[in-house]
Amino acid sequence: MASIGQLFWSFFKIGTFTIGGGYAMIPLMEKELVDRHRWLTEEEFMEILALSQTMPGIFAANMATHVGWRLRGILGAVVSVIGNILMPILIILALAMGLRYVQGNPVVEAIFKGVRPVVVALIAAPVFRMAKTAHITRYNFWIPVLAALLIWLLGVSPIWVILVTGIGGFLYGKFVEGKEATS
Amino acid sequence: MIFWKLFYTFCKIGIFNFGGGYAMLALIQNEVVEKNGWMTSAEFTDIVATSQITPGPIGINVATYAGYTAVINAGYDPAFAVFGAFLSSFSVILLPFIAMLLVGRYLMSHKDNPIVKTVLTYLKLAVIGLIAASALLLVSPETFGTFSANPLQFCLSIALFAAAFFASLKWKTSPILLILLAGVVGFVVYYLI
Repeated sequence: MASIGQLFWSFFKIGTFTIGGGYAMIPLMEKELVDRHRWLTEEEFMEILALSQTMPGIFAANMATHVGWRLRGILGAVVSVIGNILMPILIILALAMGLRYVQGNPVVEAIFKGVRPVVVALIAAPVFRMAKTAHITRYNFWIPVLAALLIWLLGVSPIWVILVTGIGGFLYGKFVEGKEATS
Repeated sequence: MIFWKLFYTFCKIGIFNFGGGYAMLALIQNEVVEKNGWMTSAEFTDIVATSQITPGPIGINVATYAGYTAVINAGYDPAFAVFGAFLSSFSVILLPFIAMLLVGRYLMSHKDNPIVKTVLTYLKLAVIGLIAASALLLVSPETFGTFSANPLQFCLSIALFAAAFFASLKWKTSPILLILLAGVVGFVVYYLI
């Protein structure tokens, strides 16, 4: 059985030693939770993974919440999430404080001048990667296009786009597809 | 009041985020750069780059940085800014945390529900648009420079963008490597030469 301390330490390691976002944590999570401690079976791990991707929020924090809760209840959930994000917060905090002192430094400015266009490319690339797996057809391609144009050109909040799409999807699933299924 | 605004804004960003870190960047950019002006586009890009080469989820990294910067820019002491950083990160996970506890188990046993599936299919399509808008909004003089002010920087920016885009899609080159390489190029071209 997992102790509160063990849970904290496991998620602390997972949060501290993976660079490059939440999804980069998956291999280490699997190693810690399934292989090393045997808190979860491989199948349970995959199920929680799918759930955490489905739910809103930050994937890694969702993972930590559910695993912590499953093993040690609410306290386990709190401790796991805190363990998971503590080190990332402290590191960024240190950088945020440090960056203020080097602002305007010609070396730092030169480095970031090179990096900025690459960041834009790194955000643009998943658009095309995701488009491949999202089953875009000629009947639904207007949804991503319209969403992008509304936000980009008209300054509509992405939150509205998510809200309207969610409600629209629900109504379509309930009344159009639901009817087709019963008739 | 800046602290209430940070709390409210990052709660919203957390609960409306479907579809991973890049989708969250679109939400954060809209709220933090466009709406509240807590940081500039260039600062936002810099912190995204930094968060790619440091540990942790991008959402937490950017929330922490935005919380710190917003409080400093509002004229408070750094001690309050540290509080702002923790507050923003706490807010971004608060509502999803509650949602996971309340409906996580229910959703797990209903994951094959056709309505849930339809909603997720459409959300996924919208999220593609969200991320595309985020990238388009970042194509600006702040990130690429301008041809009239500095033709060399502008052309190099386009070349770096194209190379990173191609490498990322075609070879799945790690973002960490791409950012480090671009940093070296920037250092050599803009500082040494």
